[in-house]
Amino acid sequence: MIKRLLAGAVGAGVLGGLGFLYYAWYPPIAPIERPAASSFSAEQIERGRIVAAEGYCAECHTRTDNGGGPELAGDYKMETPFGAIYSSNITPDVEMGIGAWSEEALRRSLHYGVSRKGVHLIPAFPYDHFTKMTDQDISDLYAYLMTRPAVHMSRRPNELPFPLSLRIGQAAWKLLFFTPGVYKPDPSHDALWNRGAYLAEGNAHCGACHTPRNLMGAEKKGSMYDGAVVDAWIAPPLNDKNPTPTTWTEDELYQYLRFGVAPLHGPAGGPMSPVPHRFLSQVPEYDVHAIAHYYADVDHAAERQGHDKAALARAMEQSKKDLIGPNTLDPDARLYQGACGACHYNAAPMPVLGRPDLALNNALWLDEPTNLYQVMLHGLTAEEGQSGIAMPSFYNALSDADMARIAAYLRRTRTTLPPWTDLEKKAAEIRKTVKTPPVNSSH
Amino acid sequence: MIKFKLNGRDVSVDVPEDTPLLWALRDELDQTGTKFGCGVGQCGACTVHVGGRATRSCITPISSIEGAEITTIEGLHPEGEHPVQQAWREIQVPQCGYCQSGQIMQAASLLKDYPDPTDEEIDGVMGGSLCRCMTYVRIRKAIKKAAAAMREEKSNG
Repeated sequence: MIKRLLAGAVGAGVLGGLGFLYYAWYPPIAPIERPAASSFSAEQIERGRIVAAEGYCAECHTRTDNGGGPELAGDYKMETPFGAIYSSNITPDVEMGIGAWSEEALRRSLHYGVSRKGVHLIPAFPYDHFTKMTDQDISDLYAYLMTRPAVHMSRRPNELPFPLSLRIGQAAWKLLFFTPGVYKPDPSHDALWNRGAYLAEGNAHCGACHTPRNLMGAEKKGSMYDGAVVDAWIAPPLNDKNPTPTTWTEDELYQYLRFGVAPLHGPAGGPMSPVPHRFLSQVPEYDVHAIAHYYADVDHAAERQGHDKAALARAMEQSKKDLIGPNTLDPDARLYQGACGACHYNAAPMPVLGRPDLALNNALWLDEPTNLYQVMLHGLTAEEGQSGIAMPSFYNALSDADMARIAAYLRRTRTTLPPWTDLEKKAAEIRKTVKTPPVNSSH
Repeated sequence: MIKFKLNGRDVSVDVPEDTPLLWALRDELDQTGTKFGCGVGQCGACTVHVGGRATRSCITPISSIEGAEITTIEGLHPEGEHPVQQAWREIQVPQCGYCQSGQIMQAASLLKDYPDPTDEEIDGVMGGSLCRCMTYVRIRKAIKKAAAAMREEKSNG
């Protein structure tokens, strides 16, 4: 009896193992001659350019450390909780890039996360989103990528520890967390909404940063768009958990995604900086409207925006707190006025664009001072946020204690939320993530 | 090599990326009207305009203004006849003068946002521009005079 039970268990194990191997196994796709650029029409290449921009391909497939690298040639260093990994070269170089890839190979990699040779790709490449892309978009993307300059450049090897370095493990990950399938339009919504959802959930892979991940690095489906920490910045919630006092309406979202600054929320900074300026300003307006339309629904803007007028009036009142009238005795207020007030002061009825109102800004309303500190330390370049204007870097100007005092002061006077804790310690932690001081010290 | 527009003309400077804009202006481009005060963005003496907005140049890295339009006190008006400069002269605002180019640049930017500023608005925006000679009362007076002149100019078309 025991023997039969054992035999049965072993048999089931073997069958399961074989089943898993069958699931995990993808055949290599034969290499092809690199297609001639003339085999693609100009219209198709242009459509592909838009697909590439809406997926921010160049952002993670271009090296930024070590003096930067050629566009799309890979070797971008991505820090993950499991170790650093380096992106692949997606220029049409036959040896180092994807020059020998057929269109089918590209489609399979995007839809199933498998390389031309049949190797499982690491989900830092967000195929869990790209799986939703239509064949037409992938065909256009192929035309675009295959007509870029081929760069003969290899990437550094990944620093994943064993056994994570075994790619078979990626297949197990897929079995647990990955559902392949092209986006299916939702008939209960209109075309604009569906276009937005298609882009946001698929190619634009917003959830890759804005949805928290589990211990295995998969997006938590039950916490979709709840916000997450990425590269020592907070990617804020995109749903109704977003804490800003005024709602992210369709128009605010559009301004932010298209031009890099939402008048009643502030500018895009940190890892979000390139999304508007480098990418979404370069695609059809309709698509950006569609994404904005979709997220205005995700965050239930219509039901929430009734409070916006009162929130705005309150923020404008708070904006001048301690900065006017007889000199304040509050030393934190004086520190804020000297360092920040000249730009971050507003008078009613509306904040002036380029004079961002901190009482309205996301950074003050998040659970942690992370983004506030990041912006203080880095500043914002003229290419980030609102084009052509810059915020200085206070890296050398404010000590951790100074930053903590300003953060506490702003949280106390510009929001209605409980105080942040351990502010000085957190300032030191965020400062440590700034690898090179942005500005030389004048002292 | 960082390229940007300085007082309407294209310039480029070959300095390390983390060089403060103030150093580039004074040492590389000979625009010495902008002064070094505290070096930590707390006094306003180094204020210039980046894209028309008053910005502390002593803590702004040169790399962050690539492609931007910078205006210094030398470029506020080609003959030094910006209404703020005129009002400054008429009211004899400066005493020692060291902080004044920063004050003027901050005031010019203020008037774009608030064409008819109240005392409160002047305090709110100018509070980070320090003057050790205590010329604040005359600064406020001159800002109001300049504001009136600018409104007049505007209504005369």
